[in-house]
Amino acid sequence: MGRITLDKVTKSFGEVQVIPPLDLSIEEGEFVVFVGPSGCGKSTLLRLIAGLEDTTSGHIRIDGEDATDLPPAKRRLAMVFQSYALYPHMTVRKNIAFPMRMAKLDKAEQDRRVEEAARVLNLTDYLDRRPGQLSGGQRQRVAIGRAIVREPAAFLFDEPLSNLDAALRVGMRLEISELHERLKTTMIYVTHDQVEAMTMADKIVVLQAGEIEQVGSPLDLYRTPRNRFVAGFIGSPKMNFIEGNAAKQHGAETIGIRPEHIDITETGEWSGTVGVSEHLGSDTFFHVHDTGLADVMTVRASGEVGYKHGDRIHMTPRPDMLHRFDASGLRIA
Amino acid sequence: MATKASRAAARAMISPSVILLLGWMLIPLLMTIYFSTLRYNLLMPGNNPFVGWENYTYFVTDPAFATAIWNTLLLVGGVLLITVVGGILLALLLDMPMWGQGVVRIMVIAPFFVMPTVSALVWKNMFFNPVNGLFGHIAKALGLTPFDFLSQAPLASIIGIVSWQWLPFATLILLTALQSLDSEQLEAAEMDGADPVNRFVFIMLPHLARAITVVILIQTIFLLSIFAEIFVTTSGGPGDASTNLTYLIYQESLLSFDVGTGSAGGVIAIILANIVAIFLMRMIGKNLDA
Ligand SMILES: Nc1ncnc2c1ncn2[C@@H]1O[C@H](COP(=O)(O)OP(=O)(O)O)[C@@H](O)[C@H]1O
Ligand SMILES: [Mg+2]
Repeated sequence: MGRITLDKVTKSFGEVQVIPPLDLSIEEGEFVVFVGPSGCGKSTLLRLIAGLEDTTSGHIRIDGEDATDLPPAKRRLAMVFQSYALYPHMTVRKNIAFPMRMAKLDKAEQDRRVEEAARVLNLTDYLDRRPGQLSGGQRQRVAIGRAIVREPAAFLFDEPLSNLDAALRVGMRLEISELHERLKTTMIYVTHDQVEAMTMADKIVVLQAGEIEQVGSPLDLYRTPRNRFVAGFIGSPKMNFIEGNAAKQHGAETIGIRPEHIDITETGEWSGTVGVSEHLGSDTFFHVHDTGLADVMTVRASGEVGYKHGDRIHMTPRPDMLHRFDASGLRIA
Repeated sequence: MATKASRAAARAMISPSVILLLGWMLIPLLMTIYFSTLRYNLLMPGNNPFVGWENYTYFVTDPAFATAIWNTLLLVGGVLLITVVGGILLALLLDMPMWGQGVVRIMVIAPFFVMPTVSALVWKNMFFNPVNGLFGHIAKALGLTPFDFLSQAPLASIIGIVSWQWLPFATLILLTALQSLDSEQLEAAEMDGADPVNRFVFIMLPHLARAITVVILIQTIFLLSIFAEIFVTTSGGPGDASTNLTYLIYQESLLSFDVGTGSAGGVIAIILANIVAIFLMRMIGKNLDA
């Protein structure tokens, strides 16, 4: 249960084609993350799968069955919205029970599943409150609870953590990952935050302007980005890109090197002046200027390293970690 | 308004308007109460002796009084029912994306700009009139006998006219409320398996509760004192079939020139209006909290 296949799916709003023909297959039990910059069509794609938007052409199959023209309720998918979309006038209990009430499940079974979901999500003490009396994290959990009780074929999440503060976001990230471990149900998760994608996904789908740039496991994308866009999007801080002669020496139009793959050495191939340094304790990131290679390069040093603004440093890239891209931005193997 | 000084200053500055408003309300009220205790008939000039409760007993024991109360309640209740139900339906319709939405919305709101007397006259002469009215013509075209609305169903006809006037108000308020409903809630309900009827009952209607309350409260205040529509169409008749409390008071004080009894009726109307208001606030006022 929970195999979803998209076959040449397109979506246009009027004249504007937001999703060009797109193929994708999502395996049973997978945690798939759609990631890409804002406005690239992630939500639209998710809503197409949910049935909240009509496909302009192409087919969506769920567990082998053509679901393209099925109404949302018939697709056995549950969605958690960015705004949580809780029903404000119902208690938490009624919110969670709502899909079962619509499905006319018997009352005892409804109660059992609500209690069970509340236990799993730490909501037992809040069952008789209204959503307005809950914190952001609790509302989020109610929305998840409402999705769980339906025992859907797959869960759809649309940027579910973007309204939470940073600490809560990390906590909820873990909770959702644990939920996936326990339920083993397919989950499709949309985010613009590549850290969420890297930490949660079995499979990441990188989107840009409605097109799939690359599909792969987090480490696949990290190690072998298919093009410059993916290389720049995955990884934090961003990969450094170098053009011109230094790239030509490596037989490429552009070369890319991640900040963590540059070592600060006594003497070295490259040199530059330290600008801003970001001290995180575990790591230090230096923004290096005047390298003659790129405007600014970011370099990571492990631990606490004490270079100051204006210091001259030498750097050596790890040669096996260089990424080479041709003129069209594609990776050179 | 945090400090004592600023609060005192605020009080001093709003006092002129408060005093003016109080005077505006209190002086007529006190005069009405005063007149209601006098034998004061314009046809019998002379001294106006104090008579205590006599005017009140006279007004209340008049058989027209019970009819007037009943008519008032029917009028208010009927118009509320029609405008709230009709307003919800129209709001749902106008909320849908459709061609010419802007024009249609303005047309729906238009009746609200027509003066009560004018709209009542238009209805009386152009629609209800059995000889010249549109309904009469339609009935004749279909081979039926024209129905004389204003003499055969006077109160229902007035309810129709008043509902026509107030439907735009209800529609406008309810449409605004409907548009403020988060569309993700409806989508969530759709995914949760709610069909359109369930979405309406479980999501839209609770969301509209507050707006419906506002419509009911505001309309009740105005509907209790409907006068012009009755005056220009049925003059309260035939008999007292379409006489409401306001119209009865008018009859007493200006047709019978009995200022004392009219004032007593006015005081009773004020008391009744307050009873209705308390009743309403108890019943539906909780929708206005939070
Ligand atoms: N209902 C709509 N009508 C017209 N254009 C839309 C609609 N919904 C989304 N779009 C457009 O489609 C593009 C993708 O939107 P969306 O899927 O919401 O992006 P994302 O979720 O990745 O930020 C955007 O350019 C947006 O303007
Ligand atoms: Mg989005």
